Amino acid sequence: MKEIISYTLYLADTNLILSQRNGEWCGHGPILEQDIAMTNITLDLLGQARNFYQYAATLIGNGATEDSLAYLRTEREFKNCLLAEQPNGDWGQTILRQFFISQYQFLLYNSLINCKDEQLSAIAEKGLKEVTYHLRWSSEWVIRLGDGTEESHRRMTNALEALWTYTGEFFIPAAYEQFLIDNGTIPSQDELKLTYQENINSILKRANLNPPSGSFMQKGGKTGIHTEHLGPLLAELQYMQRTYPGAEW
Amino acid sequence: MEIINNDTALIWKALEEVKDPEVPVLSIIDLGIVRNVVVSDEELIVTITPTYTGCPAMDMIATDIKLLLAGRGFKKVTIQNILSPAWTTDWMSEEGKQKLKEYGIAPPQPRQQICNNDLFAPNEAIPCPRCNSYHTRRISEFGSTACKALYQCNDCKEPFDYFKCH
Repeated sequence: MKEIISYTLYLADTNLILSQRNGEWCGHGPILEQDIAMTNITLDLLGQARNFYQYAATLIGNGATEDSLAYLRTEREFKNCLLAEQPNGDWGQTILRQFFISQYQFLLYNSLINCKDEQLSAIAEKGLKEVTYHLRWSSEWVIRLGDGTEESHRRMTNALEALWTYTGEFFIPAAYEQFLIDNGTIPSQDELKLTYQENINSILKRANLNPPSGSFMQKGGKTGIHTEHLGPLLAELQYMQRTYPGAEW
Repeated sequence: MEIINNDTALIWKALEEVKDPEVPVLSIIDLGIVRNVVVSDEELIVTITPTYTGCPAMDMIATDIKLLLAGRGFKKVTIQNILSPAWTTDWMSEEGKQKLKEYGIAPPQPRQQICNNDLFAPNEAIPCPRCNSYHTRRISEFGSTACKALYQCNDCKEPFDYFKCH
């Protein structure tokens, strides 16, 4: 039971933290339509996070709620992948982060639809329809910027440099994840990893971008070991509940 | 006040009075988000499914259903949320699509005709809800709510929302 809770929290936290980061763009997007696109995607991610948290809360019991899980856990208890918490940087870096995560979620949700856990399967089925939009939108933007002007290409190259080592963590299973794979609750990630790399490389190629050559990949987020960026993000996210415990609208 | 007895057909009919707060011409029946109504002696269970996971209207819709049915004499109403099968615009009623068009929102096209996920795919041919011209263009796939995209008519120049096929 604790493994499925941890795994559900990993999925929930990744969505919540990415939505919080994307939400920082609200009112600051480069043009109105893309500001709206970004906040739409953010709302989808938050909705999916809520579904995962609600499910985790029923598994945990003891009065846990979606709110207590989002607002009252500490940094070390968050299991989101490191990529989600990375700063927005410029528009290009935000787009690239979204693309890497949407591509992962697209393949992951597709595989989770057939997993043995009914609720995870239902959330994945629902979420996949939304992630499909996110993936198309972010892929088009990666190509548009990478294969755009000299300036946009330069910025995408920098973004790739900044984010690349965080793209391996998806496929390095945490102990709880490996447990669920071994007992057949969720599918193996090996096949996903290959498809992921192929799809990423194909879009980067169309965008005239070359993936960095090193093979070192960061990890830790899934087990609560985060970069220096998560703490300040949580301080802002959780401020109201920490300062006024139990406050409601 | 009309009191409904345990007749599910009448309850379905009554639920037509609950509107989508963001697109108030549509009832929740038009939208196809009411999936089941079960009545027993003790309680009434209404099962609904969200359009999009982050749709902020869902909490309000659940409250509106409870208020309406309380007014019809049901003391204990439980709202259940289900996610699977996932909502699709194919569940929207023909009447609902007509109401959308009259409201100035282009109704969703049938799903099987699109689902083209190719990058930079040509826009769907969406008729302008005002002048019916197919000479329209997509401004953005994301609009004022999760369920809509932004379009503009090249003939009458009117910008409009398209309730996107989902």
